[in-house]
Amino acid sequence: MGYKAKFRVWRGEGGEGQLEDFTVEVNEGEVVLDVIHRLQATQVPDLAVRWNCKAGKCGSCSMEINGRPRLGCMTRMSTFEETETITVTPMRTFPVIKDLVCDVSFNYQKAREIPSFTPPKDVKPGEYRMQQIDVERSQEFRKCIECFMCNNVCHVIRDHDENKPAFAGPRFLMRIAELDMHPYDELDRKESAQEEHGLGYCNITKCCTEVCPEHIKITDNALIPMKERVVDRKYDPLVWLGSKIFKRSGV
Amino acid sequence: MTQTTAESPTSKQRAQLKVRTLRTDRWWLVPALTFAGLMSFLIYGVWAIFDKSYFAEPYIAPFSSPCLATSCPEGARFLGLAPFGDWYGLPPGLLILGLPGGFRLTCYYYRKSYYRSFWLSPPACAVSEPHKKYSGETRLPLIIQNVHRYFFYLAVVIGAILAYDAVLAFRDEHGNWGHVGLGTIILVANAVLIACYTLGCHSCRHITAGRLNHFSRHPIRYKAWTFVSKLNARHQQFAWASMYSVMIADLYVRLVAKGVINFPFA
Amino acid sequence: MERHEYDVVVIGAGGAGLRAAIEARQQGKRTAIICKSLFGKAHTVMAEGGAAAAMGNVNSDDNWMVHFRDTMRGGKFLNNWRMAELHAKEAPDRVWELEEWGALFDRTKDGKISQRNFGGHEYPRLAHVGDRTGLELIRTLQQRVVALQQEDEREHGDPEAFIKVFAECTITRLLKDGDAIAGAFGYWRETGDFIVFDAPAVVLATGGIGKSYVVTSNSWEYTGDGHALAVLAGAKLINMEFIQFHPTGMVWPPSVRGILVTESVRGDGGVLRNSEGRRFMFDYVPDVFKDKYATTEEEGDRWYTDQANNRRPPELLPRDEVARAINSEVKAGRGSPQGGVFLDVSSRLPAAEIIKRLPSMHHQFKELADVDITQEPMQVGPTCHYIMGGVEVEADTGAASVPGLFAAGEVSGGMHGSNRLGGNSLSDLLVFGRRAGLGASAYVDGLATRPSAADVTDAKAEAVAPLERTGGENPYEVHHELQRTMNDLVGIIRKAGEISEALQVVEKLKERSKNTGSSGSRVYNPGWHLAIDLRNMLLVSECVARAALLREESRGGHTRDDFPVMSADWRQKLLVCSAAPDGSGVTVEEKVQPSMRGDLISLFERSELEKYLTEDELAEYDAAVKES
Repeated sequence: MGYKAKFRVWRGEGGEGQLEDFTVEVNEGEVVLDVIHRLQATQVPDLAVRWNCKAGKCGSCSMEINGRPRLGCMTRMSTFEETETITVTPMRTFPVIKDLVCDVSFNYQKAREIPSFTPPKDVKPGEYRMQQIDVERSQEFRKCIECFMCNNVCHVIRDHDENKPAFAGPRFLMRIAELDMHPYDELDRKESAQEEHGLGYCNITKCCTEVCPEHIKITDNALIPMKERVVDRKYDPLVWLGSKIFKRSGV
Repeated sequence: MTQTTAESPTSKQRAQLKVRTLRTDRWWLVPALTFAGLMSFLIYGVWAIFDKSYFAEPYIAPFSSPCLATSCPEGARFLGLAPFGDWYGLPPGLLILGLPGGFRLTCYYYRKSYYRSFWLSPPACAVSEPHKKYSGETRLPLIIQNVHRYFFYLAVVIGAILAYDAVLAFRDEHGNWGHVGLGTIILVANAVLIACYTLGCHSCRHITAGRLNHFSRHPIRYKAWTFVSKLNARHQQFAWASMYSVMIADLYVRLVAKGVINFPFA
Repeated sequence: MERHEYDVVVIGAGGAGLRAAIEARQQGKRTAIICKSLFGKAHTVMAEGGAAAAMGNVNSDDNWMVHFRDTMRGGKFLNNWRMAELHAKEAPDRVWELEEWGALFDRTKDGKISQRNFGGHEYPRLAHVGDRTGLELIRTLQQRVVALQQEDEREHGDPEAFIKVFAECTITRLLKDGDAIAGAFGYWRETGDFIVFDAPAVVLATGGIGKSYVVTSNSWEYTGDGHALAVLAGAKLINMEFIQFHPTGMVWPPSVRGILVTESVRGDGGVLRNSEGRRFMFDYVPDVFKDKYATTEEEGDRWYTDQANNRRPPELLPRDEVARAINSEVKAGRGSPQGGVFLDVSSRLPAAEIIKRLPSMHHQFKELADVDITQEPMQVGPTCHYIMGGVEVEADTGAASVPGLFAAGEVSGGMHGSNRLGGNSLSDLLVFGRRAGLGASAYVDGLATRPSAADVTDAKAEAVAPLERTGGENPYEVHHELQRTMNDLVGIIRKAGEISEALQVVEKLKERSKNTGSSGSRVYNPGWHLAIDLRNMLLVSECVARAALLREESRGGHTRDDFPVMSADWRQKLLVCSAAPDGSGVTVEEKVQPSMRGDLISLFERSELEKYLTEDELAEYDAAVKES
């Protein structure tokens, strides 16, 4: 049942640090976070790791396991060979506070840059009427648990720190899509998605979708549809002409 | 402090990992295969454009259809047309090549595949890219990718022509209906795959109903969107399948034209 | 030392805390939100089923009175009836307001908020989003906070002028000026630096105490901080003996033991079976519920499609009943291989339907246990889920007995009586979160002068102590022993002897905890954090055990093997826990529960009340009915 696994864990404060080797017991049915906790309880009591629900619902324990962004609580040890050395590092795109804990304030700042839901003033609470099919697209995006692994893996900022001011990241471009598709949202978000939040930086290489623990189709259902909506507004002369002639919007 | 504002002290930095990636799997395999697959298509395409044996009654090679030059043989001409006149002396395929080519070049799936495998931006998830600067599709030339929907409109026309060609392939080499050869089957299969790829396009999905916020007010468009969404979920698979089917169909017709494969079996 | 001045400080950023903070800010108060985790990670995300609100969207017969009755019934009439009344009346408005803030609930055919069935609720009542309603709620409130910050930025140029989130920050002491609250003292988890808040009003919204138990659905944050802070500041806790064990937690693999399997599985048709394949819940319908639940499988099955003419299946009994039934089956040797029972939905619904209705359950079992719930049954068992008890508060304002102290959500007590109905906690958060925010704002408005800044020397010394002890006791071991003790000795089924034994262990652990040491620096040091949290867990555990020992009856979330019957005399009594400012001298005293207002008690049939009330109370009831 149980065996001794080899772990290499990033340790250090404020970015400076190194990978340290540990040998630690693993039991049947455990996940990587369990093993990190065992390390904490038995060998390194001050090993820093964020976690909360341990059920893949809160998005706290984002880390990189063998180089891939994963939730520690959702990565079963049975997916590794017993002889394998498992490398655990903090998310690479964000500054490190200590060990596996990153400063993710970038994400909260971006969240605040996106204008909030803007419903019509004349609809009172309790009077909202929406059909299920009209809310389903946005509901998919609201499954997001804000683990920020999509923003972490996105090469636009992972490999180019200088793009951070101009790019909201998949998480928040998806938030724009969510609001833009909301049946009651009145704000036009297409222009700003492109000009202020950096939708054009996305080259749809889909890593955000690949790492999403909620299996949200970020690229296909949020980013590309949003790009197409931007085309309507900015790059398609026919749609532009049509909107001038028919004065239609917000269908 | 991890607050909701980024008032990060300057000392904070990312984990100073010196390696490009810590991935232990064969992450390079997929981009390598993609590269090989796309290259094979390009190489074949260049050869096929200049290859003259593109027509063998009743089959026309997809790379040269619609055949619109005066150099096209009588039966190969699309609806008997030759609108370009005698001055055009280059291979007929070059005239229309840009349409499906542009469609695929600006396709959201192909963009992913060549950004990854040719431009290595990124080569795979969580693997550093080699470029110092990155501006994505925010400026020229890549901002032109936004014309994708216009290529989609044209691709629908091309797709229809290939379907028409497939229908014509139910005639034998003398023009009598009722023939079903291996070529017929290949051309039909190709037309179906091309249609699945074309209609599953992200722009098509947007046009059918994706741009609407109230599906419930447009039940027919919503139905269409639902159908397109199903195709769209397999857009990558259809992209590869149709790319190879068009290559195979094209090569097959040329082999018939060159006499390598002969009727009635063909 | 970092020092901030606010009007209202909200401790906890779950549903209740955020709702309270939003209200305080809307009342124009400068508000701080303090949370141990990142903003938006609170335990509220774990709530799956929905928020109970009698909107009557699915069944128009539903109204606040029916909801009130269900709540009282579920709590075995021990509830603070005024809270239950406010809750039932205001829940619909609180849910509707969320829509205005961007929440997207599942819809009915006519476009209203859809409502689902849940244990103990007479009508479909739970507004929901698939099985991730808690996430929707927390995200909506989080985004509302952001919206308010954007408003402040436009008006004042500073998004944090009126509402600011202090994330990953733990409060260890409430500060007082004389009798009244003066602020709070704590530390940044990230740096270990101390931080002081000077504020006349503090709202506690810290959630529960589950981390005192081994098998729990609660996350590490649930260390009873708010309960302990309140007691140490001189407030009182009530009903601490009532702990809800959710009947269906995962039992395998060990690492996820206790994690919740939503009640919606049963609401949507899932059935419980023992190892013999029997739907054993039919054997466990208590007398008080006999006429409300189906007696045959056929009738129970018909109920899912025709609720007007059939009674509901007993799988949907209140949680305490189901938890006890599972416990009995396992003890009788009819459990599943890994020590639970089988919860089967695979044989009841088509696979596609299961994935649509229970997406996160499907996901959770697939990813964590490698079980496909569309193909095979789940194994489930009881898990420590919720504490009904908490800070004794005024129903209308959420005010505790200490001036300036308020509490809302799980950390407050009374609303749910001896047992909480599923779905009532999300609505509780919203209703009483808002009321606590209002109450705190009104309290601040009514003050003539602000309290003077308190001295924090003692609080500081207490917090650094574990770091200054070298070679002390390992806090993880002390914690683990506490969890085992509470789980085994003050768990679902309790006995006087075992509880006394637990109290002795807790006493010893209190001594050991004073010797816990943590190596390493103050920067993000989980060992140190745990050593500090241990004080709270031990204090709360002692309250739980002492109250459990005193209450010699079985009711809701408190089952005494030696006193298996519910007693009408005990219904009138609340157990109130208090302690000295240093956490010593924990005492539990009886207090009389005020009797229900005439118009409220008249909502019940006499035949039902006979099961709960004493003869004297029934006479009062007769008088009240006659009057109306």
